[in-house]
Amino acid sequence: MGDNLADMLPEEAITLGARPSDWREAITVAGDALTASGATTDEYTREMIAAVEELGPYIVIAPGLALAHSRPSPSVLRAGLSWVTLSEPIEFGSPNDPVTLVIGLAATAQDGHLEVMSSLAGILADEDQMTQLEDADSPARLRELLTRFSASGD
Amino acid sequence: MKKILTVCGMGIGTSLILKNNTEKVLRGLGQDREIDVEAADIGTARGAARTADVVLISQELVEQLGDVHSKVIVINNFLSLDEIKSKLEPELEL
Repeated sequence: MGDNLADMLPEEAITLGARPSDWREAITVAGDALTASGATTDEYTREMIAAVEELGPYIVIAPGLALAHSRPSPSVLRAGLSWVTLSEPIEFGSPNDPVTLVIGLAATAQDGHLEVMSSLAGILADEDQMTQLEDADSPARLRELLTRFSASGD
Repeated sequence: MKKILTVCGMGIGTSLILKNNTEKVLRGLGQDREIDVEAADIGTARGAARTADVVLISQELVEQLGDVHSKVIVINNFLSLDEIKSKLEPELEL
C-alpha cells in the first residue's frame, strides 16, 4: 500500500483527454488504467460498472467528478488509483452531471487506504489545487502536483 | 457522544471522503471531540444507523437505506464543506 497519493497513481494509471462515448466507456477507461498500472485485472472494471448498475450513479460525488470503484475483491491485485480526464463531458444520470474527471479506486481492504483517501479528499475539495491539476498537460506533471499537494495537506 | 454515519455503496470510497470532510466541518465548529464520525457501506448502514444520531448519504442511496430512527440528510456534493456544514449544523443542537 502506497503511503501517499502519487505512489498509488503511477504514470500508466493516468489518461488525459479520453473520449469515451458513454459512462460505461468512461469507467472502462479508468479500469483499463488501473489494469495497466498492475493494480487490478479486467474483472474489476466489470465490477465497477456493475456497482453503478446496481446502486445508481452515486459515484458522481461532486459536480463533474466520478469516483469509480467497487468493493475489495480478488480482482484487486494491490491498492491503486487511476486518473482519467475527459475531452467531452459525459452524463452519468447524476445531479452532479456532466462528468469531466473519472478517478478509479481499487482497495484491498476497507480501511487500509484511509490516509490516501484523506489526502485525496483534501485536494479534491481545494478549488485552487484542482484548477492546477486540470491544467496539467502530462502524467508526469500531474503526479508532480499531486505529490506536492499531498505533502502540504492537513 | 453523538454519532454521525456517512454512507456509500461500497464503504471504501465516497463514504470515506464524506467522513473526512464531515470531520473537517466538525473541527471548524469546535465539535470534533464531542461527535464521532463513522463510514459504512449501504449493506451495513441500516444496522450501523441504529446507534447514529445523523446519517449523511447521497440521493441515489437514500431509498435503499429505508426507514431508520436517525435523522437522514442527503448530501449532493460530497466535497462541499459549505453544503455539509449548512445541512448538518441545524441538527447538532448543542
